[in-house]
Amino acid sequence: MMGEPEVIVELKGITKRFPGIVANDSIDLKLRKGEIHALLGENGAGKSTLMSILFGLYQPDEGEIHIRGKKAVIDGPGKAISLGIGMVHQHFKLVQPFTVAENIMLGAEPVKGVSLDYRTAHDKVRQISDQYGLKVDPKAKIEDITVGMQQRVEILKTLYRGADILIFDEPTAVLTVQEIRELMQILRNLTAEGKSIILITHKLAEIMEVSDTVTVIRRGKVVDTLRTAETNEEELAEKMVGRSVSFVPLKKERAPGEVVLSVEGLTVGAGKEKKLLDNINLTIREGEIVGLAGVDGNGQHELIEVLTGIRKATSGRVLLNGQDVTNRQTRALMDAGISHIPEDRHKHGLVLDFTVSENIVLGSYRDAAFGKGIFLDSKAVEKYAEKLVGEYDVRTPSVQNKARSLSGGNQQKAIIARELERGPRLLIAMQPTRGLDVGAISFVHERLLQAKAEGKAILLISFELDELFNLSDKLVVIFDGQIMGEANPAETDGEKLGLMMAGKTMHAEGRG
Amino acid sequence: MDKWRNIFNPSSVFVPLGAIVLGLISGAVIMLLGGYNPVDAYQALFEKVFGSPYDIGETIRTITPLLFTGLAVGFTYRAGLFNIGADGQYIMGMTGAAIVGIKLQLPWFIHAPLAVLVGALFGGLWAALVGYLKASRGVNEVISSIMLNWIALYLSNYLLRALLLEPGQQRSYFIHESASVSIGWLSRALENARMDWGIFIGLIGAVVFYFLLWRTKQGYELRAVGLNPDAARYAGINIKSSIVKSMFIGGVFAGLGGVFEVLGVFHYQVLSAASSGYGFDGIAVALLGGNHPVGIVFASILFGTLTYGSAGMNFSADVPTEIVRIVIGAVIFFVASHGIIQGIVKPFLASRRKLDRKGAA
Amino acid sequence: METIRILSELANITLVFSTALIFAALGGIFSERSGVINIGLEGLMVAGAFAAAIGTAYVEAAGAYGLAPWVGVIAAMLFGLVFSLLHAVATVTFKANQAIIGVVINILALAVTVYLVKVLYDGAGKTDTLNAVFSKVPIPGLSQIPFFGEALFNAYPTTYIAYILVPLSAYVLYKTPFGLRLRSVGEHPGASDTVGINVKKYRYIGVLISGVLAGLGGATITLTTTDDFSHNTISGQGFIALAAVIFGRWHPYGAAAAAIFFGFAQAIRNFATLFDWSRDIPTEFLYMLPYVLTLLVLAGAAGKAVKGPAAAGEPYDPGKR
Repeated sequence: MMGEPEVIVELKGITKRFPGIVANDSIDLKLRKGEIHALLGENGAGKSTLMSILFGLYQPDEGEIHIRGKKAVIDGPGKAISLGIGMVHQHFKLVQPFTVAENIMLGAEPVKGVSLDYRTAHDKVRQISDQYGLKVDPKAKIEDITVGMQQRVEILKTLYRGADILIFDEPTAVLTVQEIRELMQILRNLTAEGKSIILITHKLAEIMEVSDTVTVIRRGKVVDTLRTAETNEEELAEKMVGRSVSFVPLKKERAPGEVVLSVEGLTVGAGKEKKLLDNINLTIREGEIVGLAGVDGNGQHELIEVLTGIRKATSGRVLLNGQDVTNRQTRALMDAGISHIPEDRHKHGLVLDFTVSENIVLGSYRDAAFGKGIFLDSKAVEKYAEKLVGEYDVRTPSVQNKARSLSGGNQQKAIIARELERGPRLLIAMQPTRGLDVGAISFVHERLLQAKAEGKAILLISFELDELFNLSDKLVVIFDGQIMGEANPAETDGEKLGLMMAGKTMHAEGRG
Repeated sequence: MDKWRNIFNPSSVFVPLGAIVLGLISGAVIMLLGGYNPVDAYQALFEKVFGSPYDIGETIRTITPLLFTGLAVGFTYRAGLFNIGADGQYIMGMTGAAIVGIKLQLPWFIHAPLAVLVGALFGGLWAALVGYLKASRGVNEVISSIMLNWIALYLSNYLLRALLLEPGQQRSYFIHESASVSIGWLSRALENARMDWGIFIGLIGAVVFYFLLWRTKQGYELRAVGLNPDAARYAGINIKSSIVKSMFIGGVFAGLGGVFEVLGVFHYQVLSAASSGYGFDGIAVALLGGNHPVGIVFASILFGTLTYGSAGMNFSADVPTEIVRIVIGAVIFFVASHGIIQGIVKPFLASRRKLDRKGAA
Repeated sequence: METIRILSELANITLVFSTALIFAALGGIFSERSGVINIGLEGLMVAGAFAAAIGTAYVEAAGAYGLAPWVGVIAAMLFGLVFSLLHAVATVTFKANQAIIGVVINILALAVTVYLVKVLYDGAGKTDTLNAVFSKVPIPGLSQIPFFGEALFNAYPTTYIAYILVPLSAYVLYKTPFGLRLRSVGEHPGASDTVGINVKKYRYIGVLISGVLAGLGGATITLTTTDDFSHNTISGQGFIALAAVIFGRWHPYGAAAAAIFFGFAQAIRNFATLFDWSRDIPTEFLYMLPYVLTLLVLAGAAGKAVKGPAAAGEPYDPGKR
């Protein structure tokens, strides 16, 4: 092997415990100068915790950090920054009403006398922006620029502080396909200028494309560190999950029945307003899973909000079993047979400080079975909850425990139990496996397929292409509030879908 | 059984008890700094409260408005709203009851209930206004409540001056006898302490509070909204109407506090330059009582006792009555900053547990 | 000429009432911009008004007549600082509910000060009347300008301080690194934390500044309006200042303008009997005015509803990132 570049960051035996869980268990990691080192692991494997330790947000319980060969105690982000470490967070840390330059200089402001020196700040931002090809306007307000641009501001923040060790936490999660391509180029530009990069991700394709080294973490422990050139996606997937993973589709063909949901010309936003949804047409039949593909922020949330009565449509119609239900209240839509597994189970799916049983009847508590008239019969509620908890294998000491005390997977099972047992005609599931481990993911997939087999119509919205391909009978692509086209998952591939998700219309399905 | 254990589990009991102890200690320290003897003072306080049947009756009278405003704050808190406006709702309740009690002449079995009802409605609607502003315009209920407290004060003074004022007095005419809710025989039994139906209605109110929130579907909705409005909305619950409803019910509680003060205790309303303070004491009561009706009843008894007893401190130990306000303020401070108490209690518990273990070994 | 004289006098009295509001409102802005809602301004003003009376009385008794009100002012700022420290410890360190702690500050400040007055003045409900209070200082030259001279430049020293503090606050908040950091902490503490800004430190500073400035506001009332301290010296001025913060959209100039407007509403009560058009307005409605207007602004009567700093009211919990 050739002489390797110097080790710039070395983590030795890092252990971090949280109540009830060892997030990092004696982790060793070496980052070499000028390389892109991918950190691969499932949700909850401990990647983010490890990087939060490197960035000084948490303190390790055991272990040492060496930066450029010297032992360092990183007791806060300020210390990390002074050591040349910068972090681009998954959820951007940007002050919305501030300008780009204000966000970038915050905490390291150039001054003239006692005043902020805006001119110097603007010049410096422009100069770094040009150097790495970031094309950022220092005077724009954060609230006015795109998500991709905001991410570049985050990158600039680290470069402005002279960081040469950059941590990227799931940077592609919120980007469009083009933006991802541009980001990959930016990453290469950065290493070309001598920066060293740690890339946290669970997307194998990105790792294969851009990284030099991969460290795989599972349940808080390092499984292996490999050279990217000497491995492949299958091997990485296996190491990440801990057993061999089959990418074989689970679904069974079933002849779709009657049309359940029919969306006609649905539009949100009128006149000069930006149209959040623009003339959406969509049908879903009994026993059919329609997968809605698209990059986050292209109208998926708005579509669900209209279908669940949270948001009002400006024009167009929604028909459920032939009945016009456009702009009905949430409660009326639920009564008409719509169930919804929301993307954010903590914010929208559960009342975390309610008991499991109280959560199980959220949406059905008005049934006569749970109390006559105005009264609520908590015995009946608990009995029902116990039945569902058993059937859906929700692991909880009792139905009187708070939903907060359950693991993410069990919380999701409780939501799925609730929504499926309401006996819906249409089930809307957005990102139903987000943040779950492999076991819970396959449980969710099985349940969705079972619901399909029972003849329910299902609208599945996901940002994971694999999930869409494995479950959907039909794929529909949304971009910028418009339906770009449909595809049969058996006859299309990720590349073509990606083009549509980036706004390229595909007319002929059979093309290519 | 489980329910009761939940109410009285260690953490829910240690914080209020710790806060009461720390509050009393704070009061003692301040008394020492002022050159008073805190032991004498606290003794005088309790002698005052339990000194005679009259004092016991008057203590109950002092507890009543605190119980009502405590329920008002606690109920809305359960629905996710901080009702700092109980003061204004209380004043509006007084005014509504006073208008009906003075302006109308009706048989007693209609007059008194009507006056109570109108007062309650005044309080409820005043609070519902806060709810409406939040639901429809997104106005923070704390700020709008503060503004509405002052508006209520001046509006009530205006109505008093325009409609009800007895010439040459700083108060209204007396209410008609038919609107009174005093209990004559009970007063006579307690050496003419001012007794009325308020305390009984207040206790019934606490029961209603419990049943409404934990035994009805409406209450389930309000609690869901209180704990997670987003999830509640996704479950088809109408958030806006929940906000208005819970504010209205809270306002009814606070308004009733004012109602019984006018119809049961004083039988008139005075022009006031500043707020009664009952609304703010209600925050203290609700907070100390963990926003649970049982806790609120106990907390109102404690604060009512302290407040009434402070007169005794002043009389026999010469301590300014403000010391009790300081104690109440300190108690809320410590309940709200429960981290301080946990910081004190936890190491204490840990060391005791260690001792237990040693003892067992 | 009579009308002009009345108007300039009205303007002058407006400024007297406004000055205290301006100080407290500026304090409120620093606190809320750092992310801590401060409904304890009333209590902080009470603390300042009390300390100003006591400080002035002691120095006055010692014979340093000219120095006395200035000592009172400093005592007021320090006592305001003490109470705001209580606020900061509870809300920033122990993450207590900010609205509740504001209520506590209001209850405690009033109880403690009245208690101390009773201790110091043998059970009396108010301090002795002060002699060594501020008097109006005409600025040579400027005070001779017709109308404006009497209106603006024949004022108490505190008003001149307010003339300086408003632009100074705006400068500090919008033109200095300190201001940028303070505002960032109130908008997105997570962002501030990750660039090495100590969120708690800036919130402490914001709250403590509010104590000092609201204390100064309380002192202004004691030393220019009431000349003594009792339980109703402040009676609601702190809440009007809070209204001014919101009405002025959390900006020093806006809040100062709102404070002047609310001061005008108070001043006009003294003049209401002088004019035909104002004679029949019930005084209660004039008292209500600041609160009603603030409600209307909040409800977005003039279009868009008003929102304060994004993170105001939320304790910062780094674990919740």
